[in-house]
Amino acid sequence: MSDTPRHPRPLSPHLQIYRPQLTAFTSILTRITGNALGISTIVIVWWLYAMTRGGADYELANWFLHTWVGEAILILSVWGLWYHYLAGIRHLIFDSLHGLEIATAQKLGWACIIGSVLLTGLTIYLI
Amino acid sequence: MVQFTLPKNSKVRVGKTWPRPEGKNVRKFKIYRWDPDTGDNPRVDTYFLDMDKTGPMVLDALIKIKNEVDPTLTFRRSCREGICGSCAMNIDGINTLACIYGLDEVEGDVKIFPLPHMHVVKDLVPDLSLFYAQHAAIMPWLETKTHVPEREWRQSIEDRKKLDGVYECVMCACCSTSCPSYWWNSDRYLGPAALLHAYRWIEDSRDEATGERLDHLEDPFRLYRCHTIMNCTKTCPKGLNPAKAIASIKKMMVDRLM
Repeated sequence: MSDTPRHPRPLSPHLQIYRPQLTAFTSILTRITGNALGISTIVIVWWLYAMTRGGADYELANWFLHTWVGEAILILSVWGLWYHYLAGIRHLIFDSLHGLEIATAQKLGWACIIGSVLLTGLTIYLI
Repeated sequence: MVQFTLPKNSKVRVGKTWPRPEGKNVRKFKIYRWDPDTGDNPRVDTYFLDMDKTGPMVLDALIKIKNEVDPTLTFRRSCREGICGSCAMNIDGINTLACIYGLDEVEGDVKIFPLPHMHVVKDLVPDLSLFYAQHAAIMPWLETKTHVPEREWRQSIEDRKKLDGVYECVMCACCSTSCPSYWWNSDRYLGPAALLHAYRWIEDSRDEATGERLDHLEDPFRLYRCHTIMNCTKTCPKGLNPAKAIASIKKMMVDRLM
């Protein structure tokens, strides 16, 4: 008898049903902030480049970065930078075989989330 | 490859609602069903059980449904005490063993699905062929080169202790199928269970193939698709820590270069 299934086997649900986990959230956030910072760097470089050219170029870039979209990009970039930085430190701790028990890993995760928000506020306050 | 949505033939539909028994303490169960004979899309059936007449564990409820409500409900089970690993499934959003997970640990309706991102053989039974092949790939046996001793391979008490928290794995696949990296790359990434076993043999003082074992794992996918997401450790029904075992292997990779 052939053991070929009569009908193609379905794939069981995954993201749709798995309960959200803090450590998984902090992990994907590291990747999201990393990629987003790559894009926002282009915006910042455009701003700096426009500054060197001056005139209408600078006015355009400066105008854009002072619209609410531009400000949101800048603020989120500051937060993304802090988050990615803290998450990187967390990974260094993991790589040295520390903080790999669930309770500690979750505390470190919260530290990255709360720490990045506080440091973002502090940065914006100081500039 | 990353695909967030389910393929067309895997989308889950609303299924049958089975009769509700009399009684004050009735609980609702939502259970994933797929019948290979019809080829219809999977569905979620709703069952009701009188909790005053049901045992304490999720497996008790499943067996009661199979015995008294719907004999076609299909699932694996054997030891009913968390040592065989057969009844691994997704209960209330996390992977665990139905036999050692209490119904009192679940809030609200009891939702039961097969292990995530696996091909379903029937109902709650996933196809574990690839999972077992990955286990075989890490050479889960003692590799030696020196002459076989006249009696057993000796190991000191201290060296034996290094295997505590690693050897207890029952190969239930809860960890690997909780791992998003494994979901997207199970064709190339070995997954937490196989890597925990790999570590168990690397760490074994009697094993003489550490170099070859590390060489085999030195690969962007086999080992390094682990991004320390830690769903594996969080979900392990035996309380083991595959994430730490994987981090230990990564550290060994660095140590042997230094």
